[in-house]
Amino acid sequence: MTAVDDRPTTEVGKDRRRKEDQRLITGRTRWTDNIQLPGMLHLAMVRSPFAHAKILSIGTDEAKAAPGVHAVFTGADLADSQGVNINAWPITPDQVTPTHLPVPSERVAHTGEIVAVVVARSAALARDAAELVDVDYEELPAVLDLKEAMKDEVLAHPDAGTNKSAFWQLDSKAAGTGGDVEEAIAKARQDGIVIEREYRQQRLVPAFMEPRSTVVDPTGEQVVIWSATQVPHILRFAIAATMGIPESKVRVIAPDVGGGFGGKLQTTPEEFATIAIARKLGKPCKYTETRSETMVSAHHGRDQWQKMTLAAEKDGTVTALKVDLLADLGAYVAIVGGGVPVLGAWMFNSIYKFPAYQFNCQTVLTNKTWVDAYRGAGRPEATYAIERIMDELAAEVGVDPIAIREKNWITHDEFPFTTVAGMTYDSGNYEAATAKALELFGYDELRAEQKRRRESGDTVQLGLGVSTFTEMCGLAPSRVLGSLSYGAGGWESASIRMLATGTVEVVSGATPHGQGHETAWSQIVADRLGIPFENVEVLHGDTQIAPKGLDTYGSRSLVVGGEALVRAADKVIEKAKPIAAHLLEASVDDLEFEAGQFTVKGTDKGIGITDIALATFAAHNLPDGVEPSIDADATFDPVDFSFPHGTHLCAMEVDTETGQSTMRKYVCVDDIGTIINPLIVEGQIHGGLVQGIAQALWEGAEYDEQGTLVSGSFVDYTLPTAADTINYVSEHTVSPSTTNTLGTKGVGEAGTIASTPAVVNAIVDALRPMGIDDIQMPCTPERVWKAIRTAGAQQDKAPTADAQAHFGEGAPNQDPAAGTTDGAAQ
Amino acid sequence: MIPASFDYLAPTSVDEALAALAEHGDDAKVLAGGQSLLPILRMRLNAPETVVDLGRIEALRGIRDGGDHIAIGSMTAYSDIVASDLVREHAALLVKAVETVADPQIRHRGTVGGAIVHADPAGDVGAPILALDATMVIAGSGGERTVPATEFFRDLFETAVEDGELLTEIRIPKHTGWGAAYEKFVRVAHQWSIVAVAATVRVEGGSIAEAKVGLTNMGNTPLRASAVEQALVGSSADALADACGAAAEGTNPPSDLNGDADYRRHLATVLTRRAVQKAMEG
Ligand SMILES: Cc1cc2nc3c(=O)[nH]c(=O)nc-3n(C[C@H](O)[C@H](O)[C@H](O)COP(=O)(O)OP(=O)(O)OC[C@H]3O[C@@H](n4cnc5c(N)ncnc54)[C@H](O)[C@@H]3O)c2cc1C
Repeated sequence: MTAVDDRPTTEVGKDRRRKEDQRLITGRTRWTDNIQLPGMLHLAMVRSPFAHAKILSIGTDEAKAAPGVHAVFTGADLADSQGVNINAWPITPDQVTPTHLPVPSERVAHTGEIVAVVVARSAALARDAAELVDVDYEELPAVLDLKEAMKDEVLAHPDAGTNKSAFWQLDSKAAGTGGDVEEAIAKARQDGIVIEREYRQQRLVPAFMEPRSTVVDPTGEQVVIWSATQVPHILRFAIAATMGIPESKVRVIAPDVGGGFGGKLQTTPEEFATIAIARKLGKPCKYTETRSETMVSAHHGRDQWQKMTLAAEKDGTVTALKVDLLADLGAYVAIVGGGVPVLGAWMFNSIYKFPAYQFNCQTVLTNKTWVDAYRGAGRPEATYAIERIMDELAAEVGVDPIAIREKNWITHDEFPFTTVAGMTYDSGNYEAATAKALELFGYDELRAEQKRRRESGDTVQLGLGVSTFTEMCGLAPSRVLGSLSYGAGGWESASIRMLATGTVEVVSGATPHGQGHETAWSQIVADRLGIPFENVEVLHGDTQIAPKGLDTYGSRSLVVGGEALVRAADKVIEKAKPIAAHLLEASVDDLEFEAGQFTVKGTDKGIGITDIALATFAAHNLPDGVEPSIDADATFDPVDFSFPHGTHLCAMEVDTETGQSTMRKYVCVDDIGTIINPLIVEGQIHGGLVQGIAQALWEGAEYDEQGTLVSGSFVDYTLPTAADTINYVSEHTVSPSTTNTLGTKGVGEAGTIASTPAVVNAIVDALRPMGIDDIQMPCTPERVWKAIRTAGAQQDKAPTADAQAHFGEGAPNQDPAAGTTDGAAQ
Repeated sequence: MIPASFDYLAPTSVDEALAALAEHGDDAKVLAGGQSLLPILRMRLNAPETVVDLGRIEALRGIRDGGDHIAIGSMTAYSDIVASDLVREHAALLVKAVETVADPQIRHRGTVGGAIVHADPAGDVGAPILALDATMVIAGSGGERTVPATEFFRDLFETAVEDGELLTEIRIPKHTGWGAAYEKFVRVAHQWSIVAVAATVRVEGGSIAEAKVGLTNMGNTPLRASAVEQALVGSSADALADACGAAAEGTNPPSDLNGDADYRRHLATVLTRRAVQKAMEG
């Protein structure tokens, strides 16, 4: 087979339908739970109903005697064989990191922790017997609220002596990247503007579609583990590192995985327990969680209080930003749990030219489900707070939110730009994206309509929200990660195998769980090697097939893994070249490679790369000293992150009678550099937007005073569906990234990062004439209505709404009545 | 999730079903559309030893014209109500409410009878049934009895249907020519009602001659806003606010993540006005 010369060489940029969709959408594929092995046993977990309790005794006799039951294991039975959940990113050397056993034997620290595991012939029998396990607990006082935990009065882990896990600071003066924050704030208090706000990032549940599932086969030479995970390579490492199994004896397979959003980048108690038990019994074992278990056991996201102090000159030119973060880790420091809020350090300053900056982050342990990365991880939180407070500055100065941003953002001719947080943004054009977004949105007309509604006292008010975001993604530079004490590198690997019959196997260390790698990778390789898209097969997710990789999260797959692919392809071409020259009886220097063909310059002589693959396979006629292989591997470690940006505009209608907010229009113009597949990008943006909008309007993981997750099912955890969303207008500007040759920037998280503040800014904008300057997320109708009611009552007394309010006695400067579940229940 | 195991019976007549219930007593549970019962079993909130499925009793399914009323078999699916011209013509309010229940899959499975017996205060069928002055037909070992809607809903998840009995039919007096609206307030589309108001009115010469208003999730049972109904008589479309101001009087709504009791009371008045307004329009 030869490469087809007349094919367009530009697969890149084509809106190819995704290769993987048929099997993913119909479900006719290898989800972990679909795997059946001979003699397989099934596990059911017994979980703690208490947030904090001592385990006094566990009665397992009745369960052991139940029909079909093979064994019941407690933490004591598993003891040292069970491994331990790892924290890969201690943010400080003295970070308090409570030991996190998969099945603890003495004490549980959050509702849903596993205390015993029942193994039976079927999942149903295991579940029945699990009901018979009799656990005697002594309840301990639980600390649930983040701010309460800071007082260290009730301890999440009494042995630790404190709930404070770690404190991390970035100070521009100390780092030499900017001025003195306190000085700038003091000056602004004299002759400028100081805005102080405290924002709440509520807890969220990642809510991936496929519940987590693990199958372990311990019967072969290697232990084989199938798991619904984003991180098979990291899981393999963690198993070897903590369970005493040599890494070479562990094979991890992430078959098709149904979503993750960061929620599956954990190495989990359930995985460790299933492995330990399968090895003890010497039989294949399966554990698949129920949705109710996902809700309490899989890690949650966000959960922060963000104290923001912004200083500016009277005209709105920003002079300093100080951030004080309190971040809830939940009961344990998850794999990158401490690091996620720290990622905000480089992002709170965003696209603005702050001369002075300080970021303080305190991570805190509580008796709730552990917290870790959730789509955006650290950047949505930062983007939210800065974009919200820039609107407050605009209100204080009395200018349009767009104008305040224009005054302070990095202009396109200033790139590359080193920020006050020490990041170098390589490329971007905020003016262009904003101009395009304003036009698509019809900003001026909507402002005019807003004015009309205000003047007529319409019960439905209109608000416009702006979010001009940037983010850092493509995790990434190993050296940077090393300097932050992150436990791994950030490189990615790819291999290309040129098969004799003309098709190509591409092996990727990035592990998709719904993103469409198979399609995008095929497009890149098809272009690069000049072979048909259909002839590229992308393999991934099995440590035996793709032995090297760091998996998929942090919008990294394309910008890191895609570049590895390009380099592997270039190596293939380089390796093929001397063989081509030999077969064409020409000099290597006279060869050109284009559209899959090596040609001799100035002649019509040529040979296709797939012909060379066949010739190499036969190896009958190769030049002396050339190995019979044109396959190649490449590992790429970028020198920097990539920095997507964009302007998102949102119009919300607020029914002032009920407090209900309804989206009217949403426009986003994202700059994600070169686009490989516009259809995939569109999907990522849409999904991302919905998740970000959901944080603004709908979702929230709420606990009661006992530490029970009240929103423990989709009845109360109000996940939106397509019926709740509108059509989004999504366009692009293109400023190619300079940190990879494809020019791509990440897009997996962009929509989620940008959209949340756009929505809340719009709601606040609608209500600002009433004296309202914040609504806590999720902006439920009740919160909005109460804010309106309280504001109305206050306005009767004091008509001026002062945006420049200063922090009271530690009180958040938002209406305390505007949330039903403040305080302990948060 | 996996329910505890149970025996499964699928009788084909009401008598057979009643006999099965009599035999198994407390340990038996009736299965209609399963949209409430199955989640309960799967979450192991209940573990009956026997489940008696009414799905094969044809006699319990269907809608017929009973002269001055329409009669709806208890096993009639929501989707059949929505598709029925008979119900739309004579009890439009029920159609409007049923259209808002959950999503198409659930409306295809869930039954009107199951919803009424389940008696979830946030369910959308109770309020219109109450407002329309329906009568419930209940069959037991001692024969058949009828219970008016006002006496049917007793408390949270509790109705006049006793253990061993079946709801067989719902009879709704014809409200031909009445305008109707169901104002359901939710945060996301597939949610249960935070508060909802069922209103149906007979308009004569531009003003209200008769009004019936039912409230969803404003107490442990569906409620009638009788004070509002009386106040509305004689009102024209532009003078509804006052009459609807009393909508929350005497109610005892719950407080939860979606809103506290105060907020629900406020919503009830706003939604009542809107529902009546829409009902007047058709
Ligand atoms: C995701 C989801 C969303 C939902 N959203 C809504 C909503 O927005 N609004 C709403 O109103 N409802 C909603 N429902 C509930 C739905 O309306 C149910 O269908 C209804 O509550 C019960 O009807 P069923 O036929 O499914 O009854 P089942 O679940 O089968 O039975 C319910 C109860 O009634 C008893 N029972 C049933 N039929 C009889 C009978 N003839 N005689 C005696 N006892 C009987 C059963 O024993 C059981 O206790 C939702 C359900 C789900 C799963």
